[in-house]
Amino acid sequence: MMWLSPSEVEALHLSLSVAVRSVIFSLPLAVLLAWVLTRRRFVGHTLLDALVHLPLVLPPVVVGYLLLLLFGTRGPIGSWLERVFGIELIFTRNGAALATAVMSFPLMVRAMRISLENVDRGLEQAARTLGAGAMDRFATITLPLMLPGVLAGAITAFSAALGEFGAVITFVSNIPGETRTLPLALYTALQTPGGDVAAARLACISLILGLGGLLLSEWFARRVRRLLGR
Amino acid sequence: MFSVAVRRRLGSFLLDAQFELPTPGVMALFGRSGCGKSTLVNIIAGLLSADAGRVALNENVLLDTDRRVYVPPESRRIGYVFQDARLFPHMSVAANLKYGQRRAPAHRFVNLDTVAGLLDLGPLMDRRTHQLSGGERQRVAMGRALLSQPALLLLDEPLASLDAARREEVLPYLESLRDQLAIPMVYVSHDFDEVLRLATHVVLMESGRTIAQGGVGEMSLNAGLRSIVGADALGATVDGRVLGTDPSSGLIRVQVGHGELNLQTAPHAVGTKLRVHLLARDLIVATEAPRNLSVRNILTGTVTTVSSDDADSDLVVIDVGRTLIMARITKAATRELALEPGRTVWALVKAVSLRSHSFVAPAAISTAPPGA
Repeated sequence: MMWLSPSEVEALHLSLSVAVRSVIFSLPLAVLLAWVLTRRRFVGHTLLDALVHLPLVLPPVVVGYLLLLLFGTRGPIGSWLERVFGIELIFTRNGAALATAVMSFPLMVRAMRISLENVDRGLEQAARTLGAGAMDRFATITLPLMLPGVLAGAITAFSAALGEFGAVITFVSNIPGETRTLPLALYTALQTPGGDVAAARLACISLILGLGGLLLSEWFARRVRRLLGR
Repeated sequence: MFSVAVRRRLGSFLLDAQFELPTPGVMALFGRSGCGKSTLVNIIAGLLSADAGRVALNENVLLDTDRRVYVPPESRRIGYVFQDARLFPHMSVAANLKYGQRRAPAHRFVNLDTVAGLLDLGPLMDRRTHQLSGGERQRVAMGRALLSQPALLLLDEPLASLDAARREEVLPYLESLRDQLAIPMVYVSHDFDEVLRLATHVVLMESGRTIAQGGVGEMSLNAGLRSIVGADALGATVDGRVLGTDPSSGLIRVQVGHGELNLQTAPHAVGTKLRVHLLARDLIVATEAPRNLSVRNILTGTVTTVSSDDADSDLVVIDVGRTLIMARITKAATRELALEPGRTVWALVKAVSLRSHSFVAPAAISTAPPGA
């Protein structure tokens, strides 16, 4: 990457690292929630559904602020995590990953739910008569059949994670080399006198990343569809 | 013995069904669409719960609401062939077949080779399920269910989604399953021809209730059948035994009761059991021994019952030697011939209007109808 400056490489690397972490950590939880929200009816279903979708409608700054309250050094979860596991989220890239995960979570769950709703429950019944228990059925029938949605959700969430700004800057600030991802670097460049060129270059990198992500997701979706014979 | 007595309310529909099937045997659940056959089968499989009732296969109690016994479907060892096959689209045919086999108990009675041979699945193994025809899908679904080593096989209208040609293609496979594997089967159908061809026992269902049950021969004369199959499909199903081939006509001679029928069919070995359908509308009744006729088949017997079928016609049941056949004739004919129980008659039927199917499984044993 001869044509990128060290700080650009750093921001790009950080963005990718934050997005990967965010997707890896939220993926299992999103699958679980998609399944619970699609297949289970219980008291509080509507409330849980609303909670999952909340980041879509809240200003990102509010999400960042709530995260600060909960996961800050004096917040109930943050202080517990630090005491028990020694994990510090505030002002770290893991914190940035948490903020992006929360923001992109609704997109992920939504994609998975659509795909799960299309899974023929008759196939699960068939598996059941063939001797497959609940976890077995989920692993061998439900999950493979909702895989297009899981992939679509992961890729959408990954792309969104690359671009998350408000919640990240509010929760973990803008620290070079630790939390200054591409959009934060771009914002910083715009705030710096004479930073126009740097901003344009960062914008180009973001553009290429976004386009690449979309093309990749389309290619994946096609492969999976062919595999499922549709 | 497979015994079922269950009750379930679904909205305004009430399922109240009970039957017993001696094992092994093929029980046909027969009735019009929407009479509750699929609901009943789903309760047997455990996919649907019952409000009250008991399901037991030999000494294994699968459901007993009184004693709070409920064995989940995955532990019932009941194979289920669905109307829409329900093959797993993300697996090859071979993987579909092995799905149940891998989860089956250690004691196995069929292996992949046997099943592949019986159902002719060899050439399909590496295919994806969406590349299969309708008939092939059903064959794979049957194989998959069998390989899970079930103690009972449920088939919910496996041929209903196929056209007539495909149906003819799959039926022989079902016959070979019945004849070569000693596994009890419950076969749901609204096509009486299929039932006659495959079943040893019939349970008649009407609006959620089991209204009659018994061996196929006995049930083919049941009055409750009339409203379901219609007058034209009504007739006796009798068990016959091949005596040989008539050299002059090439027709196959089959013993029925203490008489003999000649019919057009593929050559069969002497002694083969054949199931012969004698449609009531095809039978002609005479009160004297007929002569100089083109009709090949004349059975002598005694009238056992005469009952009114509709405004114009009567159903006459004739005992031709521990075998009952049924003729549908006009009321005027009944009057003129003075047909009444005890009267000796000759029943005539043309060889070309007889249909037969080979049947190797144990002949129909009649079940005691539990008051249903």
